[in-house]
Amino acid sequence: MRKILLFIIVITTSIVFTMRLFYLQVYASEPYSIYEDNAIRKVFTYPKRGYIYDRNNNLLVSNQPSYDVMIIPGLVKELDTLEFCDLLKISKTYFDNKIERTSRYSRRIPSVFLAHLSKEDYGFLAEKIRKFNGFYIQKRNLRQYNTKIGANVLGYVAEVNRSNLEKDNYYSQGDIIGKQGVELSYEKYLRGEKGIKFIQKDRFNRDIGSYNDGLNDKNSIAGNDLIITIDSELQEYGELLMLNKKGAIVAIEPSSGELLSLVSAPSYNPNLLVGRERSKNYFKLYKDIIYKPLIDKSLLSTFPAGSPFKVIVGLIALQENVINDKNTIFCGGEYIYGRNKKSMKCHCGGGYRNIYNAISESCNSYFADAYRKTISINNNISENFDMWSEGVKSFGLGNYLNNDLPIGKKGMIPNSEFYDRWYPDFRWGPTTNLSNSIGQGEILVTPIQLANMIATVANKGFYYTPHIIKQIQGDSIPLRFRQKNIIEIEKKYFDIIEVGLSKVYISGTGKLLNIPGIEICGKSGTAENFTKINGKKTQLTDHSIFVAYAPKNDPQIAIAVLVENGYYGSTWAGRISSLMIEKYLKGTISNKGIEKLVINKSLDEEYKKPFSDKPFKINKL
Amino acid sequence: MISQRKNILRLDWVIILVYFLLLGFGIGNILSSSISGEEINIFDFSTLYGKQFFYALISLFFGFIAISIEVKFYERFSSIFYILSIVILVCLFFFGKRVNGALSWFSLAGFNLQPSEFVKITVALAVSKYISDFQTDLKNTIDQLKLFIIILIPIVIIIFQNDTGSSIVFLSLFFVLYREGISQNYVKSIFSIIVLSILSLKVSAPVTAILATLLIIFYYSFKKKVRNKIIKIISISSLSIITCFGTIFSYENILKNHQKNYIKVWLNLEKDPEKIKQMERTILYNLNESKKAISSGGVTGKGYLKGTRTMGNFVPAQHSDYIFSTVGEEWGFLGSVFIILLYTILITRIIYLSENQKNKFSRVYGYCTASILFIHFLINIGMVLGLTPTIGIPLPFLSYGGSSLIAFTLLLSIFLRLDGNKKNEW
Repeated sequence: MRKILLFIIVITTSIVFTMRLFYLQVYASEPYSIYEDNAIRKVFTYPKRGYIYDRNNNLLVSNQPSYDVMIIPGLVKELDTLEFCDLLKISKTYFDNKIERTSRYSRRIPSVFLAHLSKEDYGFLAEKIRKFNGFYIQKRNLRQYNTKIGANVLGYVAEVNRSNLEKDNYYSQGDIIGKQGVELSYEKYLRGEKGIKFIQKDRFNRDIGSYNDGLNDKNSIAGNDLIITIDSELQEYGELLMLNKKGAIVAIEPSSGELLSLVSAPSYNPNLLVGRERSKNYFKLYKDIIYKPLIDKSLLSTFPAGSPFKVIVGLIALQENVINDKNTIFCGGEYIYGRNKKSMKCHCGGGYRNIYNAISESCNSYFADAYRKTISINNNISENFDMWSEGVKSFGLGNYLNNDLPIGKKGMIPNSEFYDRWYPDFRWGPTTNLSNSIGQGEILVTPIQLANMIATVANKGFYYTPHIIKQIQGDSIPLRFRQKNIIEIEKKYFDIIEVGLSKVYISGTGKLLNIPGIEICGKSGTAENFTKINGKKTQLTDHSIFVAYAPKNDPQIAIAVLVENGYYGSTWAGRISSLMIEKYLKGTISNKGIEKLVINKSLDEEYKKPFSDKPFKINKL
Repeated sequence: MISQRKNILRLDWVIILVYFLLLGFGIGNILSSSISGEEINIFDFSTLYGKQFFYALISLFFGFIAISIEVKFYERFSSIFYILSIVILVCLFFFGKRVNGALSWFSLAGFNLQPSEFVKITVALAVSKYISDFQTDLKNTIDQLKLFIIILIPIVIIIFQNDTGSSIVFLSLFFVLYREGISQNYVKSIFSIIVLSILSLKVSAPVTAILATLLIIFYYSFKKKVRNKIIKIISISSLSIITCFGTIFSYENILKNHQKNYIKVWLNLEKDPEKIKQMERTILYNLNESKKAISSGGVTGKGYLKGTRTMGNFVPAQHSDYIFSTVGEEWGFLGSVFIILLYTILITRIIYLSENQKNKFSRVYGYCTASILFIHFLINIGMVLGLTPTIGIPLPFLSYGGSSLIAFTLLLSIFLRLDGNKKNEW
């Protein structure tokens, strides 16, 4: 024992040390990552964010330099607070608050103390910043909008928030990320790839040089420029026409699915959401509950499709062979149906209706009849209804369009299951939901869906998914925007419908909307709509809706216009459609009188009615 | 001439190989832990690694001399060396230089010399000489006492020079005494005192005392054929009780605050979260940083000169007492285990060779060498890994420092010389 005691103790000690090392280095050790190492300072270098151009190569969005005052709370020493606040034009309270908050976040990691210095303030401060320990100035790029239009399309950028940080580890505190519109959809292209420098720190948090001779550093890669499909001139004109009105204009190039304009009214200047005043302006826009300028109405407004929907009802009925271009029905000003002799009013003026003048005069009775025939083509109502519903959906209605805009609504196209739930005894039929035939009832659409629908009609049977991207620097646009979506309805039925749509401008609801030299096809719509006032369902003035495309023989623009509470479809939406088409195709406006009338029309009074707390009348011209 | 050449050939090459490996590894790691980006020039003696390289050359020179000297010289002059070294230690009180609170340095021509490192050698020689003397009988209390005094004199002086860490090293010589036949009771007593002290601090003195007493009574009531049972029970119990309360008393009243803190950290005694936070910024800081550095090394390490915490000097004293954290970070688990293996081979090899000595002086001296190296190995790496209390003593051959490197080289060289001579003895 005496001879081996020390020997045993030495061996035991070595084994214990090895076990301890195993615990520290193998068992409890996380895989080493230079990004997690707090002995290495990671300095990001930010690349140029990609520019955005319109379809005619007008620069819409670029960058401007901005200067942030950064703070490392742990390094802040005594300073002349008064002078400092004076330089930065901040109050003592802001100073104290910010110091306290940044210290709570971290005493060693830099935080933004004051964002977006003006160039002048930067000039003054740059000379004196060395006097203030723990503060430094960091340059970063801000967005610059070279246009006042298209705020909803272009979107905006802002600092990443916590959920961005959690979802994507590319981002770190203080990074900029696209929050809306194109900035969000094409964030991955626009942002480029930020560079990183690894700097060795010592235990006092001082930099002592680059780590590993800079071999691990990465250079930043500039963001890709984008060309978007918007025609900024047309977009600007659309926003002008929609002054003092709520609603949307969506214009599509049918042959490509490119969105020529995507107007949401009222709009705002995108420059409002840049720089130091950003949150103030944002809040102002956010607070406007009547006009809701931050809501993109071209993508988010849902409303009953109204009469334009008759185009689809007609097409499906023709395809199912329950009507043809020869048969007629007699409209006596209403359509009587059901065991209880219910009636659906019609404003077409009455008389014999075939498919052509049913469209041009927007005869409710004709399409109610066609719808009824389609749904009751045989005894299996549910199956027929689902077939019909699928047909409607193939036009891109009732679902997200899978476009490249980050927001959207599905709208509503019911199926048989939907009614089975409403009528658990399965006793429902075409007469139960007859108002679907005229785009009322359960049918809900968004402006962009409506525009896509009419583009499909213009193409006579197919559409390209509407999209905002025209060209990405160094990459091609997504495949799904280059593939046709084909509708299973024969072209000849589209030809029939087109005759009706063109008749609208000759003898129908749009005969006052003609433009010399351009043959337009279109369809007006007037949609009943409701709101809740103090929990009570209240009807508001009808929405004015219009869809159109032109020229008839070679459609270059398909357009859907929604003027909320604008009453008759042809009154405002129709006029706006014609003006937009003329602007796009000709570049000039022949009838300045109508243009002036539209621009000066304000529906402010109409929008304030539901908020007035007083009884009001609707649908008055 | 011929006999000398024969002697050199009889040197133990395992020890020499391990020594050079550790020496090389040490200079390499000091280089890594002391540079931050500048050009490397091993002959630049203004840098730490340059100095260490220079010390290594001096060590080799002294080592060579130590190996060249006749064995009889060490035996004969050990008492003189011992007395001389004690005189030098005492001189520190008059001419010494205080570094980090410890009065243990001479400042000579720009170099600092730490005599206590060399005293380890002279004490080892003196102990060997005394034990191997044929008149000495370790069963004899007077002889034991004399031996204790030989060891205690430097301990007391060094404690008074406020260098507690270095003094603890001498306690390792207990292994030698045990090997050479000191009573088992000493082992039992030391073991009991350690256990009782820790329990008193960790649990509480009264509880420990009562438990100890009960255990003693229980033990003796079952043991037969013991004379003076009652007296033994009473005396051993009272000794235990004195130990328990004495521990608490000395902990509270004799130990200084920072020493108390080291014990608190080691035994996890502090419960107040505020104070733990404060300790994390002060005394726990080193330990945490060194554990972090080691842990971040992973299995294979970050690579030589690539340890981020080493490069950033995150671990204070990482070139001297905390050098092992550099090894852990840059060489990982594999490198660390390799170093531990080298020490294990070195120490066990010395033990093995000592047991094979025909000369008692050589055997005891070998044991002294193994014990001294072992206690450094145990305390230093244990501290860096957070297993033993924080006591600042160097890691042999690896830590930066001229005095310790030269002293350890001499300590080892003398043993190599003694061992090389064994075939001449009979």
